[in-house]
Amino acid sequence: MHATTARAVALPAIVPLFLWMAVPLGMTLYFSVIRYNLLSPDTVQHLQFTLFNYEYFFTDSATLSALANTFLLVSGVLLLSVGVGIAIAVLFSRPFWGRGIARILVISPFFIMPTVVALVWKNLLMHPVNGLFAYLLTAIGLPPIDWFAQAPLLAIILLVSWQWAAFAGLVLLTAMQSLDEEQRDAAAMDGAPPLAFFWFIILPHLARPIAAVVLIETIFILALFAEIFVTTGGGPGIETTNLAFLIYAQALLHYDVGGASAGGVLAVIFANVAALFLMRIVGKSMAGEEANA
Amino acid sequence: MLSDAHHNRTAGALAWLLAALMFFPVFWMLLASFKTELQTIATPPVFVFTPTLDNYAAVFARADYFAHATNSIVISFASTLLAMALAIPCAWTMAFYPTRKTRGVLLWMLSTKMLPPVGVLVPVYLLFRDSGMLDTRTGLALVYAMINLPIVVWMLYIYFKDIPVEILEAARMDGAGLWAELLFVLLPMCGGALASTFLLSVILAWNEAFWSIMLTASDAAPLTALIASFSSPEGLFWAKLSAASVMAVAPILLLGWYCQKQLVRGLTFGAVK
Repeated sequence: MHATTARAVALPAIVPLFLWMAVPLGMTLYFSVIRYNLLSPDTVQHLQFTLFNYEYFFTDSATLSALANTFLLVSGVLLLSVGVGIAIAVLFSRPFWGRGIARILVISPFFIMPTVVALVWKNLLMHPVNGLFAYLLTAIGLPPIDWFAQAPLLAIILLVSWQWAAFAGLVLLTAMQSLDEEQRDAAAMDGAPPLAFFWFIILPHLARPIAAVVLIETIFILALFAEIFVTTGGGPGIETTNLAFLIYAQALLHYDVGGASAGGVLAVIFANVAALFLMRIVGKSMAGEEANA
Repeated sequence: MLSDAHHNRTAGALAWLLAALMFFPVFWMLLASFKTELQTIATPPVFVFTPTLDNYAAVFARADYFAHATNSIVISFASTLLAMALAIPCAWTMAFYPTRKTRGVLLWMLSTKMLPPVGVLVPVYLLFRDSGMLDTRTGLALVYAMINLPIVVWMLYIYFKDIPVEILEAARMDGAGLWAELLFVLLPMCGGALASTFLLSVILAWNEAFWSIMLTASDAAPLTALIASFSSPEGLFWAKLSAASVMAVAPILLLGWYCQKQLVRGLTFGAVK
């Protein structure tokens, strides 16, 4: 009796979550195989199975460019943010003067809302005339860079990396704290040079947390939207249009439900590949805990 | 020993340099919010100036700022309360009455987090349009509750797992019913866990900027969407925008500092703690 009730109380969480996932996903799949444009409502009346949307989406040159941009964004941000994150974890793992405050400062970027991040970088830092970067470049005798016109994708990579470096630092620093003090002392005693210590002790210890960070970031950056929406609107041209932005434009600017849905299916498939790996890591850590218990 | 101390001092200096670089954009925004509009666009940039509160006064004078701030508060708290209400019984039963399916259900919940929002943008937008939920606080709060539900269940599950099952069994022996066990035995024991889960969910809802831009226009727009609307060139009053931004991020920054450790657990689904 008790056990049955106990199982039933899980349903109020499971059922809505299932509906929230399955209904829209099913609709996306359905829309992707019919012709459906909000500007020509009569198309919906001829519900015929068609692969037109996929054909259109895959042969459109914008798709290829969006895929390339998505790839560049994900890999660029991963490289920068994980690199800086490791530096944070290593530098902050030993005590130094004012560590508590410095730690709070270094993780702050992660808590700033994306739209604020985008506008601060765009206006106050990267503006070609009045931005701080432009001043710094001119001060050392270089021409200022018009970031969002000359290197828009790089500019977005930089500001997104800034946020996620703080996340990587926060996670990896937490992981560093479980590095055995004895292990450190033993290495110090053996006179292990810092680089060897980093390479043979710290990196292997951080391997799993780094993998978790990489996969979580991948999932979020595959879906990067607000930062692009606020800074470049996908432009100039389609230079900063990633898959997420392309689908948004197709759906809410061109009212092409079918085409956008085909893109949506594609985005889901990509995310699932990354997700599979993440689930493995989490599943393993769960299994490990059960074994320990 | 001497070289060791020297080594530590170098590492400390490097750490501080990194902290200063990382925090600089936030600091620069804070500084800009106390400048005049002319000072924010001055070349060379102004570091020393007489601070003014005019920008904050100007933002306060706009009635709509408060409306949007209220939206942020209402939406993030309502969605969190709903997610907690649904998640607590679920996490409790999975932690204390695990079945063979429990692990599968937990991983399935995690997998819903991986679904890219654009993958369901079109249907959700159309469903919202047809049911009159576009630009309503209820609509956005429901979406956020569903988005955060898996994280909330996971965090609570991880905390509940640490509680010895004997305590609950003792209560049951004393004749405590199902709800009494949950409400009077379990929940009072994990106030800290509930608080940090609650805060994480509020932080995530407060900063969410995909659905808020897509599903709200004016009435229900939270601060993320309000700030996004300043991206048009005519909105370029940098000092005032900075003041509005500072007020939009300050509460979350403070909460984030306060619960940074628990955040790691929640955000990595327990893979790192």
